Amino acid sequence: MINKTVRNLAEAMQGITDGATVLVGGFGAVGQPDALIEALIEQGATDLTIVANNAGTGRTGLARLMELGRVRRIICSFPRSVGSVVFEELYKAGKLELEIVPQGTLAERMRAAGAGVPAFYTPTGFGTLLTEGKPTAEFNGKPCVLEMALPGDVALIQAHKADRWGNLTYRRSGRNFNPVMAMAARLTIAQVDEIEPLGTLDPENIVTPGIFVDRVLRVTV
Amino acid sequence: MSDSFTPLSRKDMARRVAQDIPEGWYVNLGIGIPTLVADFVPNEREVIFHSENGVLGMGPAPGPDDADPWLINAGKQQVTLRRGGSYIHHADSFAMIRGGHLDLCVLGAFEVAENGDVANWATSANDTAPAVGGAMDLAAGAKNLWVVMEHTTKDGSPRLVAKCSYPLTAMRAVRRVYTNLAVIDVTPQGFRVVEMAPGLSFEALQARTDAKLDLADSNKDPNHG
Repeated sequence: MINKTVRNLAEAMQGITDGATVLVGGFGAVGQPDALIEALIEQGATDLTIVANNAGTGRTGLARLMELGRVRRIICSFPRSVGSVVFEELYKAGKLELEIVPQGTLAERMRAAGAGVPAFYTPTGFGTLLTEGKPTAEFNGKPCVLEMALPGDVALIQAHKADRWGNLTYRRSGRNFNPVMAMAARLTIAQVDEIEPLGTLDPENIVTPGIFVDRVLRVTV
Repeated sequence: MSDSFTPLSRKDMARRVAQDIPEGWYVNLGIGIPTLVADFVPNEREVIFHSENGVLGMGPAPGPDDADPWLINAGKQQVTLRRGGSYIHHADSFAMIRGGHLDLCVLGAFEVAENGDVANWATSANDTAPAVGGAMDLAAGAKNLWVVMEHTTKDGSPRLVAKCSYPLTAMRAVRRVYTNLAVIDVTPQGFRVVEMAPGLSFEALQARTDAKLDLADSNKDPNHG
């Protein structure tokens, strides 16, 4: 019997190694897997590359992970926001490598990784600082830059309902990067609100099929 | 200067942009003044607002009883979903943008150049902490890109320029600029003034603009429009 549900956070975090690239879902706080991020802090892996839209706020969650010196590099579209104090301190002190990626390019680089496309051309960012040095080509008169797929070793995502096969549904704008990150990582770990018996999620409503998901943990808030 | 004219308020600028959005368009509104535009599109005119964090058919801010923490816009404010709205993940959301499916994006900006270059994400090449979000995708992908911004900076420096001095968001992307002083098209020949704030002379507008302005024909003829 396939059973991707895990019993606790420690089990969910097993096998995450130092130096891993970790994709973290969410757009701001919405759809962010808070419990899994806390568990990663507990678990201890370090020298991490974090891929997330934002770079954390306050001194908890991603910000805490960074403050503990466990993040070598962050890849994101919008690190600077109200309360992103830890990021700004570390960045100014030169203690954090930063790669800024246009938001749609960030999503597409992960989608490409999940889809087996190693690189793709996009018009986004052509002629800007963010694409300096990248190969360019013109298609149908439109200048484009070459962007590389962005695979993760691990994805930490948040979803609404799951079943033991790892099928997932989402809640409103909490969907955001989560389905794309689920596709793009070798080990995808989902924090969910509810686990339903197999066969009760409407197949028409399953956004992330279980093929993209390795572990599911129910987290009650 | 001694001209007597009334610059548009932020709300009036948003109202002016809203006037030009036809029914049926799919529209993404950036943060700041652009977000206000939705308030001035009358309900009976069906315009479908897209928010890049995965909402198509976004409605206004919720009332106290229907606030939903799971439903936010790209500015991370709580919003609602209109009847007929849907949710999409980030890659599909940006496929809508980059794939040319959006009719219009309205962005704020620091500078727009006469060739349509736009700078709106960083004020220098070595910003302490740069952040771009979806601006580059929106500027490169929407069928029409309009910018709404103050005509000059707080200290009076022009924002409509011959060449952008800030890092670019996209090259040759802007079609139209709405400022507190004028509505200006970006044409292959440069900036063309379509409309000016009441009481403002063309000379006064030019004095506040770095790039050379041209007057649209309809503005040259006092009996027209």
